[in-house]
Amino acid sequence: MNYIDSSLKVVGTRPIRPDGVDKVTGRAVFAADTRASGMLWGKIKRSPHAHARIVSIDTSKAEALPGVRAVVTSADFPDIASEEAFVGEGPMNFRDLSLNVMARGKALYEGHAIAAVAASTQAIADAALELIDVQYEVLPHVIEVEAAMAPDAPILHDDLFTAGVTPAPTKPSNIAKVVTFKKGDADAGFAEADVIVEGRYTTQPVHQAYIEPHACLVTYAPDGQITIHASSQGHFMIRAYTAKLLGLEMSNIRVNPAEIGGGFGGKTLIYLEPVAVALSRKSGRSVKMQMTREEVFRGSGPTSGATIEVKLGAKKDGTIVAAKQVLKFQAGAFPGSPIGPGCMCGFAMYDLPNVDVVGYDVVSNRPKVAAYRAPGAPITSFGVESAMDELAIKLGMDPLTLREKNAATNGTKTHYGPTHVNIGFTAVLAAVKSHPHWKSPLKEGHGRGLATGFWFNIGGESTATVHVNEDGSIVAATGSPDIGGSRASIGMMVAEVLGVSAQHVRTVVADTASIGYTFVTGGSRVTFATGMAATQAAEKVVDELKRRAAATWDIPVEAVEWKDGMAYPAGSNAGAFEPLDLASLALKQARTGGPINAEVSVNAQGAGAGFGAHICDVSVDKETGHVKIERYTAIQDVGKAIHPSYVEGQIQGGAAQGIGWALNEEYIYNAKGQMENAGFLDYRVPVASDVPMIEAVLVEVPNPRHPFGARGVGEVPIVPPMAAIANAIRSATGLRMPDLPMSPPKVRAAIDAAG
Amino acid sequence: MSSLSYAAPTSVDDAVKLLAGASGVAKVLSGGTDLLVQLRSGRLKPELIVDTKKIPGIIGIREENGGFVIGAATPGAVVEAHPGLNAAWPGLVEALDLIGSTQVQGRCSLAGNLCNASPAADSVPALFAAGATAVVVGSKGKREVPVEQIPTGPGRTSLAKDEFIVEFRLPPRPARSGDAYLRFIPRTEMDIAVVGCGISVTLDANGVCTAARVALGAVSPTVILVPAAADVLIGHKLDADTLAKLDAAAQAAAKPISDKRGTVEYRTKIAGVLARRTAAIAFDRANGIKNGKAH
Repeated sequence: MNYIDSSLKVVGTRPIRPDGVDKVTGRAVFAADTRASGMLWGKIKRSPHAHARIVSIDTSKAEALPGVRAVVTSADFPDIASEEAFVGEGPMNFRDLSLNVMARGKALYEGHAIAAVAASTQAIADAALELIDVQYEVLPHVIEVEAAMAPDAPILHDDLFTAGVTPAPTKPSNIAKVVTFKKGDADAGFAEADVIVEGRYTTQPVHQAYIEPHACLVTYAPDGQITIHASSQGHFMIRAYTAKLLGLEMSNIRVNPAEIGGGFGGKTLIYLEPVAVALSRKSGRSVKMQMTREEVFRGSGPTSGATIEVKLGAKKDGTIVAAKQVLKFQAGAFPGSPIGPGCMCGFAMYDLPNVDVVGYDVVSNRPKVAAYRAPGAPITSFGVESAMDELAIKLGMDPLTLREKNAATNGTKTHYGPTHVNIGFTAVLAAVKSHPHWKSPLKEGHGRGLATGFWFNIGGESTATVHVNEDGSIVAATGSPDIGGSRASIGMMVAEVLGVSAQHVRTVVADTASIGYTFVTGGSRVTFATGMAATQAAEKVVDELKRRAAATWDIPVEAVEWKDGMAYPAGSNAGAFEPLDLASLALKQARTGGPINAEVSVNAQGAGAGFGAHICDVSVDKETGHVKIERYTAIQDVGKAIHPSYVEGQIQGGAAQGIGWALNEEYIYNAKGQMENAGFLDYRVPVASDVPMIEAVLVEVPNPRHPFGARGVGEVPIVPPMAAIANAIRSATGLRMPDLPMSPPKVRAAIDAAG
Repeated sequence: MSSLSYAAPTSVDDAVKLLAGASGVAKVLSGGTDLLVQLRSGRLKPELIVDTKKIPGIIGIREENGGFVIGAATPGAVVEAHPGLNAAWPGLVEALDLIGSTQVQGRCSLAGNLCNASPAADSVPALFAAGATAVVVGSKGKREVPVEQIPTGPGRTSLAKDEFIVEFRLPPRPARSGDAYLRFIPRTEMDIAVVGCGISVTLDANGVCTAARVALGAVSPTVILVPAAADVLIGHKLDADTLAKLDAAAQAAAKPISDKRGTVEYRTKIAGVLARRTAAIAFDRANGIKNGKAH
């Protein structure tokens, strides 16, 4: 059923968030809050070298230390074959993940796991790590993407040959893959252009900076049954990776999802769980592991740093006739940067006749990248939307007008293949035009920037169950960890269908043994796909409730109507019966057919693409180079906001992360390839006072493929900020800042260079 | 495995004896906001921690001989709540207030900030500019030393193993005096100074500077006093020419390094910028112009 044009009582309102009290009182149970009797502490020994051959590992002294119960190295893990992974977000290979979780033969980045210990206390575990003697042969390393592509660069993997080029290369390379997309004839397009702009832009890798470090508690029972408590963006993902990396059967692993303290894509893969299982198996005890913040930085994935070359050609009236992009993405130590989406998203906002995009996926001696909110899109869009600003300046055209003129609409064929359907980009641009921020005069000394962004959003496999409790209250269970308010949105959709209040429905995240398979929480898919499953499960329950009422009244089920949480006779012909509410029907369930519940699994299709536009005003301290965000407005097509406060929160959070990406976040490496700022003091995410109140404007162009019209909302808002801020700095100072972060020293240097 | 002893003596004598008797590394704990972080990170593995907070008088503020005496372990929040200090030394109060978060302010102390001996310590340039002295106790008795003689290098001080600071003395404040502290950080708070600058001035009735002290942080292995910058101010009003000379003197004194927090080139320029901006606030305050918080 489709409720888009129905009058809604629950969906679209702002009930108190169901996870709120637990989180603000500290009661919420995160992964690190779990314990088991007799539990050991597991710790990881990490490589101090960016690139080194592991000559030998002597664990004997560590094993002899009193209190140490197990030491593991790669020898305790099966040497699995290369196989494309079917779990997680983005490209992944089971063998690569195995080698990332525990180095085998070579350490590929500073922080790469070499060995692990389990001991009765953290202090003993730390002492044991010091006693593990690793002999390394240090190899030349390479950190930056273009250096890694150079012909004489140190090679990370002898068995890595560039894919996507013909003829197939015979020499190994750090370039894992070349991706190309072509539409029309870009050269011909540029030949007819009146105005051409070209630019080279760079972005730094940035960490997802979830506030909760990775943690897990694992028990390997004597019968081989494994229980894992962990926080992640997918407990089914943990189960699959753990099973694959250790050669176990999935039915022997049960993963309980803990409350998650932020993921942003970075918890769609695993680091600790297989190690903890190996330690638990060897020691016969439960093993708890948790990373320090330093380990999170050195050992877990940021998103790619990149270079982005953009060329745009337009007619004098602003019609873009050709667009070209060359993208080089750092993948970290193993292939799998988001180069694919990077190549697709940059130009996806525009209706362009001739497009040529080339992308490179490049390994170097850095931690393996992980998904981060709209993987690839913020990087590519920083280049494209900066270039669009330059084009508007060169054309003498308002930047909004330029975008309106070239905006993708329904029916626009993208350069990567699909045709846009049911999109709301022009509605977003119209909302920019009419917004008071856009119409307000600029304050003295301020600059204003505009940038837009696109993200596909995805659907996929989800399972949901809806149970009617004996008192008529409702439990909805899904397999989707809640990272952005999905318990609220799912509960509200179920409540809407059942005709009850949101408070009447308790939504839980069920463990891997208690609900059907559900793909990771990622791609902004949960409210769309899991929401669809939950809606359908609620509809099945309504059907069942109508059957129970019909049986009670002894009338045909077609003569029963469900309204406001009660069964009514569908008209006077149906008979004169008092309505039956949920509680009455639940009370009699044993006599009318037994428990009332439904489970629905879907592979949801038709996730509506999302578009956003951000307006940013800045002031620049020309003596210090400090950029202050003075005003920020984020406008986005959200389809239908199920719980508008959460949607606004997603948009504000995405913009805030983008502000950090734009202004201060960066990895600082020394000459040895070691990270120098592995902590929140010197890896500068924004603090609250760095960020102004971000006004989130919700544009609702319903997605007809979702019962309530919802689109994914969590990723689009991190796409526009970097270019919006760069364009605002350009407006305030006349200077184009092509390199992220636009930190005070860089801005001051640019001001000085301009004289 | 190493062990760690903790003691919280209730007299100076007991504390000195404990420090003198320690065979390995012994650390003095005032607020502990640096020490505990260093312990946790494993950078520091002391054998003994001597907590001074139980020593009578080491926390508190009193007026004596026309000046202020601040107990070495007095928390930042206590200093900030003191009306007399706010009136006489707003720059020093603001500098101490910049350290850490609200929670850290409940513990962080002037003595800890000085003896942690970070070149980027926020309260230290203001303390140098104020002409404060530290009262140091040890086995050999008590001595009073100018604060600028305490830090000798990053993480190093001139204090002997059995010595610690019990209090700071601020000199009497002449009329028409003002001080200020500014730091530059990439963010707006919760950060480490890329450059810091503390300035204290006294003016005559015509607004001409008669006494000045200028200190810079994070541009040298320790916080430094810059007499050449003070000399530029003395005998002058804060006109454009004086500001330009102050900028140049600060830049000339700055001998920073390039590290993860800033480059030599950038830090040098910012030293000049901050000196000008800090002087403007200090002069305003000396002239009785209230300009709210400096940061």
